Amino acid sequence: MNMEKILEVKNLKTYFTLKSDKFGAEPEVVKAVNDLSFDVMKGEILGIVGESGCGKSTLGKTILKLNHKTDGEILYHGEEVFNLNDKDLKDLRKQMQMVFQDPFSSLNPRKKVGSLLAQPLQIHKMGSKQEIDEKIDRIMKEVGINPVYKGRFPHQFSGGQRQRIGIARALMLNPEFIICDEAVSALDVSIQAQVLNLLLDLHDKYNFTYIFIAHDLAVVEFISTKILVMYLGKIVETADKKELVKSHLHPYTKALFDAFPATNPKGRENRDPVLMGDVPSPINPPSGCYFHPRCPRAMEKCKMEYPPLREVSPGHKVACWLYE
Amino acid sequence: MDTANNKVLLSMEDISVSFYTHRGIVKAVRHLNLKINKGDTLALVGESGCGKSVTAHTINQLIPIPPGKIESGKVIFEGRDLLKLSDKEIASLRGERISMIFQEPMTSLNPVFKIGDQIADVFMTHQDIKREEALAKTVRLLEMVKIPAPERRIKDYPHQLSGGMRQRVMIAMALASPEPGLLIADEPTTALDVTIQAQILRLIADLKRDINMSVLLITHDMGVVAETADRVIVMYAGRKMEEANVYSLFDNPVHPYTQGLLNSLPSNEKYTDSNRLEAINGTIPDLLTIGDECPFENRCPHAMPICREPFPSETKIDDDHSVWCHFVEGKDASPSSKLVYDQGRE
Repeated sequence: MNMEKILEVKNLKTYFTLKSDKFGAEPEVVKAVNDLSFDVMKGEILGIVGESGCGKSTLGKTILKLNHKTDGEILYHGEEVFNLNDKDLKDLRKQMQMVFQDPFSSLNPRKKVGSLLAQPLQIHKMGSKQEIDEKIDRIMKEVGINPVYKGRFPHQFSGGQRQRIGIARALMLNPEFIICDEAVSALDVSIQAQVLNLLLDLHDKYNFTYIFIAHDLAVVEFISTKILVMYLGKIVETADKKELVKSHLHPYTKALFDAFPATNPKGRENRDPVLMGDVPSPINPPSGCYFHPRCPRAMEKCKMEYPPLREVSPGHKVACWLYE
Repeated sequence: MDTANNKVLLSMEDISVSFYTHRGIVKAVRHLNLKINKGDTLALVGESGCGKSVTAHTINQLIPIPPGKIESGKVIFEGRDLLKLSDKEIASLRGERISMIFQEPMTSLNPVFKIGDQIADVFMTHQDIKREEALAKTVRLLEMVKIPAPERRIKDYPHQLSGGMRQRVMIAMALASPEPGLLIADEPTTALDVTIQAQILRLIADLKRDINMSVLLITHDMGVVAETADRVIVMYAGRKMEEANVYSLFDNPVHPYTQGLLNSLPSNEKYTDSNRLEAINGTIPDLLTIGDECPFENRCPHAMPICREPFPSETKIDDDHSVWCHFVEGKDASPSSKLVYDQGRE
């Protein structure tokens, strides 16, 4: 695999300031993305997994400049995304595409599929009408939808087909980098399997780079080459997929793997105790390590200080005082 | 499986439910039979539109009529046919002997009342007790569903609780009767995070054991089934495809749809070194145009000409495992045959 670095995120912070309801009070701040650093190599599938409110979607949007950033750098091929002028940013958007969770709300219900797919090319003034038509036919075939249906409206398709259309739309501009934000979460399992296979086929054919954001560990574990586990805006652990599956070190990663329902009822009476407590509010995260109130192995130090993300073996980083 | 009939808490016999819409008749559930034994968890599992929720709502008579219509069948609960009861009689059963929890607890709780009052109301509706006593019982109930500091929590409004806590409140409300019989849980953990889902599933399993309650679990998630069910019914497009004891179903899924469903799970152990899933091709048929044949015929890898004939009858794999499939009918489907499915992960 070509080890060219396609994206570099350095100390990225995205904070949201909430309206204060008390006069004169300091406004509250949600640290949705709190000092994250990681690289994405060309051809890699980086899975980002975490529970609601962990900042995974905000991270995806910030990388595409669909959100503001508070601090830090997002370097795409070495260039800071937030420093680009409008024209360069528009060019960049051709290369970076996003596939959203809900294929019901991400497609304009009043446009026919053909015109939904033509739109990106028209906006970027790429190709004549005939070229666009040919491309639509080719891409529709590629994602497994018969091109004769391009005169149909989105509501005439099933959820899985709509998600295929969402993927087709992302493919129209020949991107090299696609962020899938919960792209298969709304689909039935049998359809989800079809769409996952499609994403992998496209990856192999075009050597796409994906960031695959999902709450479903099984899906992330299946599709990714590298996994990043988030909790309340922080990276708690990251490693190659195989390494992480074999040895997950952080107690939260372990809890996530344990909480995942098994696909066989055998031995269910003897499972480890489940992780108690709720995910704390990102407005007032706990002191020290954010996970310490729920952590079965919390120590004194965990209450005082947030642990640094430390490399424990090549490519395997964990933020936990147990591994200092 | 029990032989004594008196252990059966609820049985549905030949239930068919249709919806008469302006586009035509949607046959949501067709000729469904099921039994729930006392103290058991029966899971109805299937994808969107398979009729699992309609089945559950038929028990509680929550089907809107019209457009819905119960075309045939009986729902026998403790010797009485629920479909023949008056509105008043069924209302007194709801919440007292048969309770229900839903996917999204926020929409099931009244946002303008404190949760303690909402649960106490259930006690006071079904029993002749004063509010103070009802509130005391509520505190005990919240303790039982493991809500910390219940004396303070009863004064909270639903929006002050997290999703997992709200689902605990819903479960407490379902138990607010002297003798809970059947809990219908319709996708109870689908809206929750996975660590919270594990807590709620554990709670339902503990309560079921402690108070000998029966559970009808509606879910799309085979993982949830594997964690909690005693018996499983796999549904597809309104039909029962396979029914078995949970261990038997996962060890030896026989119906091509059940096999496809398990193969579609990315968590299946067989995929540790492979990078493609064995997906089921095609999509669910339109329930408006569906005929009498097996609804899975258009997606089934084993479809034969006979599969376009009327729906197959039951084939028994063993005492506690049945399947409705023409392909299996014509084959030796014992656990030693080649239909045996690679085991999932432990």
